[in-house]
Amino acid sequence: MNRFSYVRAAGVAEAVREGSARQVRFLAGGTNLVDLMKENVERPQRLVDINRLPLHKIDDLEGGGLRLGALVTNADTAYDPRVERRYPLLASAILAGASPQLRNAATNGGNLNQRTRCYYFYDPATACNKRQPGSGCGAIGGVNRIHAILGASDQCIATHPSDMCVALAALDAQVRVTGPDADRVIAFSEYHRLPGDQPWRDNDLRPGELVTAIDLPAEDFSSHYTYLKLRDRLSYAFALVSVAVAMRLDGERITEVRVALGGVAHKPWRSPVAESGLAGEKASQANFLAAAHVLTEGAVGQGGNDFKIELARRAIVRALKQAANGTPQSQTDKRVF
Amino acid sequence: MDTRVFGGTSQAGAAQSSEAIGISLVINGRRRDFVIEPWVTLLDLLREQEHLTGTKKGCDHGQCGACTVLVDGKRINSCLALAVARDGAQVTTIEGLACEGLAEGHGLHPLQQAFVDHDALQCGYCTPGQICSAQGLINEGHARSRDEVRESMSGNLCRCGAYTNIAAAVMEVLEKADTR
Repeated sequence: MNRFSYVRAAGVAEAVREGSARQVRFLAGGTNLVDLMKENVERPQRLVDINRLPLHKIDDLEGGGLRLGALVTNADTAYDPRVERRYPLLASAILAGASPQLRNAATNGGNLNQRTRCYYFYDPATACNKRQPGSGCGAIGGVNRIHAILGASDQCIATHPSDMCVALAALDAQVRVTGPDADRVIAFSEYHRLPGDQPWRDNDLRPGELVTAIDLPAEDFSSHYTYLKLRDRLSYAFALVSVAVAMRLDGERITEVRVALGGVAHKPWRSPVAESGLAGEKASQANFLAAAHVLTEGAVGQGGNDFKIELARRAIVRALKQAANGTPQSQTDKRVF
Repeated sequence: MDTRVFGGTSQAGAAQSSEAIGISLVINGRRRDFVIEPWVTLLDLLREQEHLTGTKKGCDHGQCGACTVLVDGKRINSCLALAVARDGAQVTTIEGLACEGLAEGHGLHPLQQAFVDHDALQCGYCTPGQICSAQGLINEGHARSRDEVRESMSGNLCRCGAYTNIAAAVMEVLEKADTR
């Protein structure tokens, strides 16, 4: 790990002031940042410890939503009785990720801002446009079993590793941000970005900006939902493909559905066309399969991850069935029904 | 107050630099004060400065769970925690759990005894982390069934593959704790 200076911010204003300098990183749970520093991928000159900021609460919002403080841990969020009861899709996705130890330390803001687990990004001996702009991409033409099939560019095929964010995308959450200029609210679909020709930018945050909270809208989809995660081992592994579904039904007909994919792109992947195509239709295998094809339109394999295209389609159909049937995937009993 | 900085060969024991910061922790029930550099992990502080070598350095990347300790009663990977950011915390290591067992007259902590009774280890390297993790699991109170215990212990790898017996040992203590 490189040497760095450390300051503990007493308030949000101080954190933003300190965080606006170059080569500075905010430290929350540290579960990803400290690891990246050990690998010499991150080499900050200064850490601003934000753990003492007053962002540790989950509050009810007027009108029925919920505000998740940026420093609430992933575990405390998943087991909050309001989240368990009203946003079981979010609780399920959080508990599908990482390990209990990591979820006890990792925070909500940190979950959004964690970096890709692309092997080439993590290995400074290899080329990576995300780590070192202009150096190339080792994953293209390399070992790419875990990489993106949607929205990738010729400069980066990394995926966003979060499970929590896939559920937040399906729930149409909003990210509250403060910074040197003004406070902003960013729609979840606009928060993370595709790599394009600037793969070093993971999200829409500007220098010095700090996530303060994540707002969940009142519409909670608590009766028809699922988080289906497929991976190389049954627990404590990143998704090869994951699917979050949030659905509302009127009898056999779908009134509204949201489908977000994880493990397949640089951000949680949604398709407004696929979702609106299902609205008003019967919850049937044929309609689900059609939606799966729309969602994966334009999917491109890189060799090692070609299997993900068909896997994603099957996972989408299965997840839509689970949601429609009101039988969400258990994160303990890993059998997929 | 017992303020000590050890000179040594590791990062944790490096001589004090201008970046060093004063912190205090309660480790296994005793208040300890340190002046440490911000890059010292909680794991290195426990092992190199406190000589509490029960907590193991396995992968040093939060992937194996051998470094699991309890911080304010919650299990975390001490390898990914910067000690400065945990200023003021209560830390319990395997040595602290063992002392609890002695104090209660068991000789061993109930989890230690259950691991022995169920033959829940071979080489033993992952065991301190497994036991601290299991205590965290019991404190959390979410896992009840064997499937839930297995899922909730997935952050602790055992390369000897003693998982079946680890689950049995944890189940036994969990069931006793439930009926208490």
